[in-house]
Amino acid sequence: MMRTVLVRGLLAGLIAGALATVFAYVVGEPSVDVAIGLEEAGPGAHEHGHGAEEAVVSRGVQRTVGLLTGVGLYGVAVGGLFAVAFAFVHGRLGALRPRLTAALLAAGAFVVVVLVPFLKYPANPPAVGQPGTIGDRTSLYFGFVALSLALGIVAAVAGRALADRLGAWWGGLLAAGGYVVAAAVAAALLPVVDEVPPEFPGSVLWDFRLASLATQLVLWTSLGLLFGAFAERALRAGDTAPTAPAGLAGQR
Amino acid sequence: MSQASIATPHPVPLRIPLREIAPWAVFAGVLALVVLFFVSTEAGAVELLSTNGLVHEFVHDGRHLLAFPCH
Repeated sequence: MMRTVLVRGLLAGLIAGALATVFAYVVGEPSVDVAIGLEEAGPGAHEHGHGAEEAVVSRGVQRTVGLLTGVGLYGVAVGGLFAVAFAFVHGRLGALRPRLTAALLAAGAFVVVVLVPFLKYPANPPAVGQPGTIGDRTSLYFGFVALSLALGIVAAVAGRALADRLGAWWGGLLAAGGYVVAAAVAAALLPVVDEVPPEFPGSVLWDFRLASLATQLVLWTSLGLLFGAFAERALRAGDTAPTAPAGLAGQR
Repeated sequence: MSQASIATPHPVPLRIPLREIAPWAVFAGVLALVVLFFVSTEAGAVELLSTNGLVHEFVHDGRHLLAFPCH
């Protein structure tokens, strides 16, 4: 059973990654191109590793095959982790249908893993960010993702326990509120990263960041819905024999 | 009628036993983290393979658009 769930997670992740690639290519690439143009025209062009003499991979490859590889592999990896998380959660947070569990898990994971870290450390286009601080910025970003994930898991477990006493509404609300407060306090305490050059156009930055967030939204939405449909079949098929009373199976 | 209303509620969802999940969780977790490392960080903050930034350059656009710190 777990093998089937995992394979379907990888498959859903692959399709979600492909859809997100198409979205990123159409919506995101224009602002990446503009930013690279600014970077190469700017004074620090040689320090950034995109100078003409260092072009190991051409822009044509980066924006097509490279983009597909990066986003596709990300989708597959996230799909695998999502399937494992789904297996832990399904039937343990509540008596929800597989596709509803998958949709709620995808929405929650998007907020915890992508949206909240993005609000503190937003995506940056090329030409934004000093090369010397990449180590610190990477540590801060992944540190905050890990912290947010840990807080999210604690909130889910606590919410489950609270729901038994106070009902699903209040339990869920308290858990979500607790997560938001804890994440906000953590975000306020962590160091600020502000490395946008003064001359970088605000509209390009906005377009890029919006496209970046929307790419992730496309990926997680497709993953949640596709995996939900796949899991529905796998678990329903497994359901019929041992648990479901005769006559109920296959009715919905 | 009360009999029918007891029989109709949602079927109990199938729980996958934790013992069955655990080995797959470790397997998928390790593989996924390796893949995510190469997509997000290799030849950025850390370089494990000495490819002179090739991995970084290849997945460059995906890394930026997926919101990872790139360079």
